[in-house]
Amino acid sequence: MGAIAVARRELAAYFATPVAYVFIVIFLMMSGALTFTIGGFFQRGQADLGPFFTFVPWLFLFLVPALTMRLWAEERRLGTIELLLTLPLPQWQAVVGKFLAAWAFCAIALVLTFPLVLTVNYLGDPDNGVILAGYAGCLLVAGAYLAIGAAMSAMTKNQVIAFVLAVAVCFLFAAAGSPVVTEFLSHRIPALAEVARGLSLTERLNGITRGVIALRDIVFFASFMGFFLFVNAVVLDHRKAD
Amino acid sequence: MAALIEIERLTKRFGAFTAVDDVSFSVGRGEVVGFLGPNGAGKSTTMKMLAGFVTPTAGTARICGHDVVDAPVAAKRALGYLPEGAPTYPEMTVAAFLGFVARIRGFRGGEAADRIAAAMAMTQLEGVRLQPIETLSKGFKRRVGLAQSLLHDPPVLVLDEPTDGLDPNQKHEVRELIRRMAPEKAIVISTHILEEVDAVCTRAIIIAHGKVLADSTPKALEAPGKTLEQVFRDLTTKRAEAA
Repeated sequence: MGAIAVARRELAAYFATPVAYVFIVIFLMMSGALTFTIGGFFQRGQADLGPFFTFVPWLFLFLVPALTMRLWAEERRLGTIELLLTLPLPQWQAVVGKFLAAWAFCAIALVLTFPLVLTVNYLGDPDNGVILAGYAGCLLVAGAYLAIGAAMSAMTKNQVIAFVLAVAVCFLFAAAGSPVVTEFLSHRIPALAEVARGLSLTERLNGITRGVIALRDIVFFASFMGFFLFVNAVVLDHRKAD
Repeated sequence: MAALIEIERLTKRFGAFTAVDDVSFSVGRGEVVGFLGPNGAGKSTTMKMLAGFVTPTAGTARICGHDVVDAPVAAKRALGYLPEGAPTYPEMTVAAFLGFVARIRGFRGGEAADRIAAAMAMTQLEGVRLQPIETLSKGFKRRVGLAQSLLHDPPVLVLDEPTDGLDPNQKHEVRELIRRMAPEKAIVISTHILEEVDAVCTRAIIIAHGKVLADSTPKALEAPGKTLEQVFRDLTTKRAEAA
């Protein structure tokens, strides 16, 4: 299928430039550092990866848009968008292919944090099911951010604009469930407070990192990604030749 | 014989600006059409619409009977397209890039390898097959774009300035290549080089301000004792003065 061919090319492109290595090294260093320092991995005396799963979504908030900003903006700058979209492949497959490549890349970055899992298993007797759920949750959040970032990248040929827009929109959904937002809303527009909490990615992730992946969470993330991929396809179709 | 390219009343407006204005023509098998016009005349926009990249404001374009708007994938399958500037992915090697195009075009394994080898042979790329495209000269980059458009041996070729940036020998090679392929295909090339039209085209279409001003054989256009260049200048500057 064409989407797979696009995804393979895109994934290879990450590793053909320093982007992949810089991303992975920074991600591993920061996630490790935050877990052991601010997260108090040793001081907590608990055999779990709680602090790690708290920091990863916030790291992704900045790192994922760095990954997605080039997806369409770069194709526009190089003119290769004209090549890609005149190959016999339905447009949605190009959109999905690029998304899958970036998602696979995030999965690779997450897998490379395995020393943390080994460490916590060596030191104690953690519930590895909960850890696995935490990783699944992080991957879902990454997917949601990626879908947002890819859609923002389709809007512009300027990568910096794509990055800033993506961080802003991702932050909106990351912070939607925080007490600051929900309390502010519940005082003024109570109906919206519930909506904000419902749309919050962080809120969903907190549930999952406790070890419970409910079907409705899966449905939520799937429709969230589906919605932004749809936005991506519509924007692309509308603005591809601009 | 049914035409392989059929364009009917094709129009593209960008806001108040009309880039392509009610253009109609068709191209049959064995024809090589030279698409001529000053910069900004609407050549590239017409080709982009034919390739399914720009959506027409009005009118239709069909490739081998497939409407580019209603059946884009079928139309694109029958088309080999070299976009303006021959864009390619700079970090990929020539072989990897052609491999990517082959996969999207649905070729696998041995067939893909054969097609890539044939396309590289036609465009003399074998010597640089493992070099990243960004390290190649302009002429090689153009030929990589050309190889990509020939990979699936399409019945219809649309080439936007295929010889731009090539040295005289390479230009000659590309013209020979086009001439060799011409009997089996319908080919449209855009160019600024009028001698190229004389050399390879069976028909010339002159376009300015989005309108077709002349559509004839290069010989017939020259007929009244003028060179093609004089005809081109007469047609395209007269209009500019009138406008």
